[in-house]
Amino acid sequence: MDITRGSIQVKDLNFYYGAQHMLKNVSMTVEPNEIVAMIGPSGCGKSTLIRVFNRMNDLIPQTRVEGEVLVDGNNIYDKNVDVVSLRRKVGMVFQKSTPFPKSIFENIAYGLKIVGIKDFHILSETVEKSLRRAALWDEVKDHLGKSAMSLSGGQQQRLCIARAIAVDPDIILMDEPCSALDPIATARIEELMGTLKEEYTIVIVTHNMQQAARVSDKTAFLMHGKIIEFSKTTDFFTNPSNKITEDYITGRFG
Amino acid sequence: MKNIIHASFERTRSRRAIWDKVMVYVLSLCAIGILFILFNVLTHLFIQGMASLNFDFFTHLPKPVGEKGGGMANAIAGTLTLLGLAICVGVPIGLGSGVYLSEYADLKFAHVVRFMADVMNGIPSIVYGIFAYIVCVLPMKSFSALSGGFALGIMMIPMITRTSEQFVRMVPPQLREAALALGVPKWRVTLDIVIPAALAGITTGVMVSLARVAGETAPLLFTAFGNHYWQRSLTEPIAALPLQVFSYAISPFDDWHRQAWAGAIVLILMVLMINGWAQFYVMRHNRWSSGK
Repeated sequence: MDITRGSIQVKDLNFYYGAQHMLKNVSMTVEPNEIVAMIGPSGCGKSTLIRVFNRMNDLIPQTRVEGEVLVDGNNIYDKNVDVVSLRRKVGMVFQKSTPFPKSIFENIAYGLKIVGIKDFHILSETVEKSLRRAALWDEVKDHLGKSAMSLSGGQQQRLCIARAIAVDPDIILMDEPCSALDPIATARIEELMGTLKEEYTIVIVTHNMQQAARVSDKTAFLMHGKIIEFSKTTDFFTNPSNKITEDYITGRFG
Repeated sequence: MKNIIHASFERTRSRRAIWDKVMVYVLSLCAIGILFILFNVLTHLFIQGMASLNFDFFTHLPKPVGEKGGGMANAIAGTLTLLGLAICVGVPIGLGSGVYLSEYADLKFAHVVRFMADVMNGIPSIVYGIFAYIVCVLPMKSFSALSGGFALGIMMIPMITRTSEQFVRMVPPQLREAALALGVPKWRVTLDIVIPAALAGITTGVMVSLARVAGETAPLLFTAFGNHYWQRSLTEPIAALPLQVFSYAISPFDDWHRQAWAGAIVLILMVLMINGWAQFYVMRHNRWSSGK
């Protein structure tokens, strides 16, 4: 396997929403098989930044991007980039769990069916593998035909993770994946991230600093659209180099 | 100051309590009014028409004046045919434009189309009949089932457009984002995720519009025209319950009057059954979705 799969390089990124300058000269590098957490106060641009990586912001009118974002060395904002194939490479899990109004099986098989895989054997194998990897298999294996809406919040979120990994991306983006979950469900997902890391690069936005400290290899702290500090998580929390970072992580503001 | 407010509050206490009661009574009277009207219409209908409503009514053609018995089998089949044709015209165009307005159109254009749909909803139904007469009946040189279905179908379009746009718009944006983030092209997201998520609402909208056009008489006068026999093809005039009820009701024969009442009962029962079936379907769909 190509070991460079799943890297992100951001070079002098500026992002505008109408007249609003949302991200200012952001540069950062995410290495393959790394978990990077992004923290910062509300409205600091962390969600905007993570949505740059799979061009989810394209959906919002009047946005403008300057600078480069390289995924595995290719600028994803080049004119001839196919957004659909970019999104197959860079999966995403959202804050609110979003099961499709289909059965559990169909939710996961859908991403495969879209690209023309019809073989039931391959489909069911992938469904099982993805559910196992998302630590949901044992809970749902006897009722794959049930509506995905009938699952609990934590199960739905793991289903969304299973759905994202079923199409075999290189990178998984998680935008506050646990903010609507109880502590037990949160712990399960954090545990899961540890194992997913072996195969995927993960970028996670979180409001919860303990979560960033627990799960990530590197942490980025954003404020007013700028990266204030980006370093190894252990250094970040024990020995921040920036006064603002220290104030934030010690709870003096935010 | 505090005392004045308190005293005034105490003084008005009984008055407030009375108004509170009065309002509840007035509002509940309005609600009872609806039930009263519906109940009256239905009892009248059943008293007048029940006697003529027998097995023959559903299986026989109309009899000439003076002969006893006979039924409206051809009109019942005709109305079902016309509704089927209307669905073929109204649902694809109405649903398509509703989905377009919600998913693709820019706000200004959507606003204009929405306004036009509301205007279309307000057009008297006879105008639709004349329109269908000009664009269908004249070129085909014959009254026909097709032109009748066409007239009813275009009447359904604005209603279906409005309701389906509304329900498609209610699908949470996060659901679309989740599908797009999976690398699904937008048209597939619309088709596979958004429309199924709005299906219950869309179905209800279609059924309501169907129920409305099922009883329309005016648009059929110059299009379906009516027929006392079985029609042999869709390009021939076709019988319809509202038409039959209308022509029997204005006739001078008591026998036909009774048949008209029975026809009206059948029409109402048909609409009820269509709606009941749709409700059942929607309920089952929702129950499955919520996992019960």
